[in-house]
Amino acid sequence: MRSRVFWCRGLRALQAALLFCIAAGTVSASAGHPISPTNIFAPDSTPAHAIYRLSTFVVEIEGVIFVVVFSLIAYAITKFRQRRHDDNEEPPQVYGSNQVELAWTVVPVLIVVVLFVTTAQVIHRVQDARAPAGAINVMVVAHQFWWEYRYTDYGFVTANELHVPVSDPKNPTPTYLALQSADVDHSFWVPRLAGKTDLIPNHPNTTWIDPQETGLYLGQCSQYCGTQHAMMLLRVYVDNRDDFDRWVHNQQQQQAATDPSVAAGRALFVAKGCFACHSIQGVMSIGRIGPDLTHLASRDTLGSGEVPITPENLRRWVHDPAAFKPGSLMPAQDLSDDELNQISAFLLSLH
Amino acid sequence: MERQKIMASDSIALPVPRKGALSVTYEWLASADHKKIGIMYIVYALLFLVIMGIEAILMRIQLAHAHATFLTPQTFNRLFTMHGTTGVFFVAMPILFGFGNYLVPLMIGARDMAFPRLNAFSFWMTAFGGLVLYASLFAGGGFLHGGSAPDVGWFAYAPLTSPVFSSGHSTDYWNLSLLLAGIGSIGGAVNFIATILCMRCPGMTLSRMPLLAWMNLVMGGLVLVTISPLTAAQIMLMFDRYLGAHFFDTGAGGSVVMWMHFFWIFGHPEVYVLIIPCFAFVSEIIPVFSRKAMFGYPAMVAATVSIGFVSLGVWAHHMFTVGLPSYGNAFFVFTTLLVGIPTGIKIFNWLATMWGGKIRFATPMLFCVGFLFQFLVAGLTGIMLATAPFDWQLSNSYFVVAHFHYVIVGGILFTIFAAFYCWFPKMTGRMLNETLGKWHFWIMVIGFHLTFDLMHVPGLLGMPRRVYTYEPGRGWEIWNLLSSIGVIFQSIAVLIFVYNMVQSYFKGKIAGNDPWDAWTLEWATTSPPPVYNFAAVPAVHSRRPLWDIKHPDDPDWKYE
Amino acid sequence: MSSMSAIPVGLPASETPWKLPSRGKVGMLSLIVAESAIFTIFVAAYLFYIGKSLSGPAPKDILSVPAFATICLLSSSLTMHWAIAALRKGKTGSFSAFWFVTFVLGAIFIIATAREWHHLIYDEGFTLQTNLFGTTYYSLVGLHASHVIVGLVLLLTVMVFALLGKVKPEHSERCEVISLYWHFVDAVWVVVFTVVYGLGR
Repeated sequence: MRSRVFWCRGLRALQAALLFCIAAGTVSASAGHPISPTNIFAPDSTPAHAIYRLSTFVVEIEGVIFVVVFSLIAYAITKFRQRRHDDNEEPPQVYGSNQVELAWTVVPVLIVVVLFVTTAQVIHRVQDARAPAGAINVMVVAHQFWWEYRYTDYGFVTANELHVPVSDPKNPTPTYLALQSADVDHSFWVPRLAGKTDLIPNHPNTTWIDPQETGLYLGQCSQYCGTQHAMMLLRVYVDNRDDFDRWVHNQQQQQAATDPSVAAGRALFVAKGCFACHSIQGVMSIGRIGPDLTHLASRDTLGSGEVPITPENLRRWVHDPAAFKPGSLMPAQDLSDDELNQISAFLLSLH
Repeated sequence: MERQKIMASDSIALPVPRKGALSVTYEWLASADHKKIGIMYIVYALLFLVIMGIEAILMRIQLAHAHATFLTPQTFNRLFTMHGTTGVFFVAMPILFGFGNYLVPLMIGARDMAFPRLNAFSFWMTAFGGLVLYASLFAGGGFLHGGSAPDVGWFAYAPLTSPVFSSGHSTDYWNLSLLLAGIGSIGGAVNFIATILCMRCPGMTLSRMPLLAWMNLVMGGLVLVTISPLTAAQIMLMFDRYLGAHFFDTGAGGSVVMWMHFFWIFGHPEVYVLIIPCFAFVSEIIPVFSRKAMFGYPAMVAATVSIGFVSLGVWAHHMFTVGLPSYGNAFFVFTTLLVGIPTGIKIFNWLATMWGGKIRFATPMLFCVGFLFQFLVAGLTGIMLATAPFDWQLSNSYFVVAHFHYVIVGGILFTIFAAFYCWFPKMTGRMLNETLGKWHFWIMVIGFHLTFDLMHVPGLLGMPRRVYTYEPGRGWEIWNLLSSIGVIFQSIAVLIFVYNMVQSYFKGKIAGNDPWDAWTLEWATTSPPPVYNFAAVPAVHSRRPLWDIKHPDDPDWKYE
Repeated sequence: MSSMSAIPVGLPASETPWKLPSRGKVGMLSLIVAESAIFTIFVAAYLFYIGKSLSGPAPKDILSVPAFATICLLSSSLTMHWAIAALRKGKTGSFSAFWFVTFVLGAIFIIATAREWHHLIYDEGFTLQTNLFGTTYYSLVGLHASHVIVGLVLLLTVMVFALLGKVKPEHSERCEVISLYWHFVDAVWVVVFTVVYGLGR
């Protein structure tokens, strides 16, 4: 009996240690080299920082509660266990104590008040923040299973890769995202930049980010939206101001539609009906169902972050999207090898 | 001092003629006896527990590696929908209704539930609901095509469930099966309330009822106002899908957020419906195995009732990311933190019950101690989720999945195991094997912690839920692999448990009436009890009638 | 560990006589609580969608207040109350009469609702599918009407027993349980009426 209870206590202590190591490891690792590009404890934007500060406060308070209660339980199960040489007398029966009940009601109430007040402040600071003069506005429309980005202030539409300017804390230029959905519920989550906000049809939302370092930030859709929910990835490119302006300028250009080397592919784009879903400014731009392809070759990935854009991947994608993304809403295209090569060459020319 | 009269029950066993298999089957199928119905609920739930476990194993195999191709996305999405729906409605609810059905009349000294035929009806409605859900595997697209099991997630958000995005009938199987089960649950709840309020034996005032009876009363009341919103929302969904109504049709100006509100108005109190009967088991087992009266009985009752009420006002903490106004979010932060207070008070009261006792670590107590540690952790991660901005990161991630499995497996399942080890002797007349029980416990502990402790980490590192696969290079792989390995241990533990039950049913040590030296009325009658429960209507003077009999010089009614 | 059971019996005389509430009443009240929750959700949907229809008729365009039907239904609660009182006093004849009148008043309500719907559907072309108002109106009023129909079935069953002379004063408890359901249905109508014909218009 005694050895079993020591085992019990030992294993419990091990569990506690494990939990703490995980928490500590994750939190501390984020301070230096990030162990994950999507670590919520490696914030790089004001909303994410605010959440991080609140979360460390909450975890600290809970750490204390955990240690206290855990120790009390561990003590109780060791000290008050029945020993082999015990008589069969029942221990003194204690039915209750009003003072004790009061004590362990009042203390939790105080903790709740503290947590509530701190939390309410952060909610207000993040949710009710007003856009300053230098803010960039992008409308995000979520589709099954890709992201549409409408830069209405600049007059162009792109897809799947969001570019925003870096924000200087002294002179902030945050990006405000107006979130809408074309079909079902989705959620925009780039952990290092902000908490997630849902995109819900007929229920516009807003969120904002002000990343303070350039680089690529990753995330993905976080509200189950159907078969390919898992592959609706997010890529946010934070550029310095010059690079951002250059990118915007490029996106604003229409395609010339005159390059003879890809004329065959361009003709196929129209002849095979691709334009019915996809727009290419300067060729045909009535398609709304699928991503805008005007500057496809300026992007890194295909299929909403799925695979890098290479001739081979483009060919395979156009031939049968379900090979990469089973359940994707783009149907397989019945094209010969030549036609696939031509289309692929044309798409690769769309810088 | 008046001596209490003691009467022996019938101790003469008359020879019973052997019954044929057909007549035994009929006896069970047509029974309105609460003990048989209770056992049917429990066995039914155990079958679905195994099915649910298999669904989990398949999912964890797929998630053990990034970009695994063990399952197609369609199959995976059906699996998590079925796993969640089965777990809540066809494992947890039936098993708790089963134990409640069996124990409540015995503990209050009654002959049966208030409405025995309604009881049978409720069981069969729930049972058929489960069969309808699994019929979806074979219907529609057909078995070889993988069937058309629902794949909309267990909370079936609109507009994913609209005819546009959910063609075919898979969503309708989800809808209909839960409508049937809901009717069964409401019938069961009506029965619990009427039984507890109207059928207590003489002397058993509400303040002398076992805590298990109190908690089933609160659970019953909660079911009445919890399941009904889901029923209403499902009728609306049915109208949308079949009659062209526009409840959740955004094209006609409808609101899908309204589905979320209605679902979570059901969904949150539902988890309290599940955990409160588990609190009941712990409240009966810890005192007996610590050899002390429950500390703070009135506080426990007050805490349970207040949990019942406050839990009705916290639902939108499942919707912090939906874009409610900031004051709305703040309100639900407040109510959610508030509901943690009575829950914490209960943990302290259990602790105080053990304090100064003489704890016997038989298997029921081991599972209860496991529950205490695990429920503490689950409550703390719950508080993290309650602080809305933190939830903006954690919501819909694997942190949430880890949290609720911590409650459901580490809390609910552990206490259900405790209840089995405690009351299996009463139900069958034989003890479960203690050695096997301890193997079951320790292997379960190892597996549970391996899977669910580590599962918190991918959530903190940005992994969303309901994903059939994930990207490598985000730091999620090792944690997923280890979580999947933990499943092996849990499966072994459950297999040991099943083997223990089967073996002990035939060869277990004879239990006798009162193997644990306990104090509530169910231990005053034989194991198993006769069909009429008690040979004479009991009368009680305190919360622990058997303690009064065993300690006539120091009875409880002197102190209460 | 006793192998013989020891059932405690024998309430000391000092304790008050043991009286618990009636199962039927508690059961019916519990059912009423559950049904109220269902109605609350439908009412919430109705209220939320007031004024949000994108097209089609608005309540004030096509709804006319069903005053006569409402008076009938609410009066039926009164006649039901008198019926129970009569049965308790042993006046089975009066009981049958009042019970019958209750049934008739309830039937009038249903017929009036059916006529109102017939007019809306065939003359105005207004259905569940028309717009949000149509969806929420027919669901809420229909849910209530279906509960009235269930009540009428209960009333009819008891009426058949009464005509066969089988209903005695000792059954007043059970009839009272049914009356609780009927009063609930009437109370719900007060809410539905206020929301649909009052607030919504």
